[in-house]
Amino acid sequence: MVISGVFIIILYYVLGNVVSSLTGHFIPGSVIGMLLLFLSLVFRLVKPSRIRPVAEFLTGNMTVFFIPASLGIMEQWGLIRSGFIGWAGVTFITTLLVLVTSGLMQDFLIKAGKKISGKRS
Amino acid sequence: MEGFIYNVPFMLALTLGSYLLGVWVKKKSGLSLLHPFLICIPVIAAVLKFTGVPVGFYMESNRMLDFLLGPSVVSLGLLMYDHLETIRKHLLSILVSVFTGSLVGVGSVYFLCRFFGLDELFIKSMEAKSVTTPIAMDITASLGGNVSLAAVTVILCGFIGTVFGPMIIRMFHIDTPVAKGLALGCCSHGLGTSKAIEMGAVEGAVSGLAIALMGIMTAIVVPLFNMIFPI
Repeated sequence: MVISGVFIIILYYVLGNVVSSLTGHFIPGSVIGMLLLFLSLVFRLVKPSRIRPVAEFLTGNMTVFFIPASLGIMEQWGLIRSGFIGWAGVTFITTLLVLVTSGLMQDFLIKAGKKISGKRS
Repeated sequence: MEGFIYNVPFMLALTLGSYLLGVWVKKKSGLSLLHPFLICIPVIAAVLKFTGVPVGFYMESNRMLDFLLGPSVVSLGLLMYDHLETIRKHLLSILVSVFTGSLVGVGSVYFLCRFFGLDELFIKSMEAKSVTTPIAMDITASLGGNVSLAAVTVILCGFIGTVFGPMIIRMFHIDTPVAKGLALGCCSHGLGTSKAIEMGAVEGAVSGLAIALMGIMTAIVVPLFNMIFPI
């Protein structure tokens, strides 16, 4: 039943929103919903097979859901144009900086961890 | 004529059709740097300009797609569950790496904006740019930035990471799947995750987790950072 999968996912979204509003919207409902769904799967409150078709459809097509908001660039063009080079340049450099630092750190920690456990054994 | 165009179904079809066109052109051209967005956003913008339909009406009509971002973030919970073992094994190092990414992200935006002479409004609207749209908008609102500018910056960020990410990952020899997924999720949120899912299931799962952690940590890092470096 696809509908039961849709229902469960929307239900966790609602739950996430409730927790989010109780905690002063510090973390958005969707992210809390994701963590709650994850925990519920771990503790066997939700069967993975029930939500899989819907969840895989949604996660597999996330790119499309970003399109409407992208057109916001037309509305904000007046502001963006005033500092376009800086805006695009800063976004470009900082995005790749985050990519490289977080990736290298993770890679380093995994490889260092392997070396330590390798020496022990 | 106007009746055909000025309605919700046409606007939805415009989004999906332009996207499919973008995917098709990318496939035919064989250029991996040609993100479908590079075709689809200008096509939609051109159609709106040509027909005189206001952007506001377009965005309003596409609410349905916008809305699905929320449930799709919730659905990442399944992806994480599928790779429970990997996540459990690397949880500590993932936390450290995401924190590094978050701090670098916020700090580099602050200092580079100053360097490029961008005004405060830009700094306030860009500090949270590496996190998923709803969190970025909330953080920006609390800073008093421009929320729509933040949303557009978040998408640009996602776009940059998706297009250049795989190349940079190879260049810096980031070669464990966990690190690849984490890097994409940290810098480019959901768009990065969609790329990570293409690369592999472990990459996708870690990337999904990274979206959540990056969002939470950045929400904490931004106010603390601005206490030390006021905007």
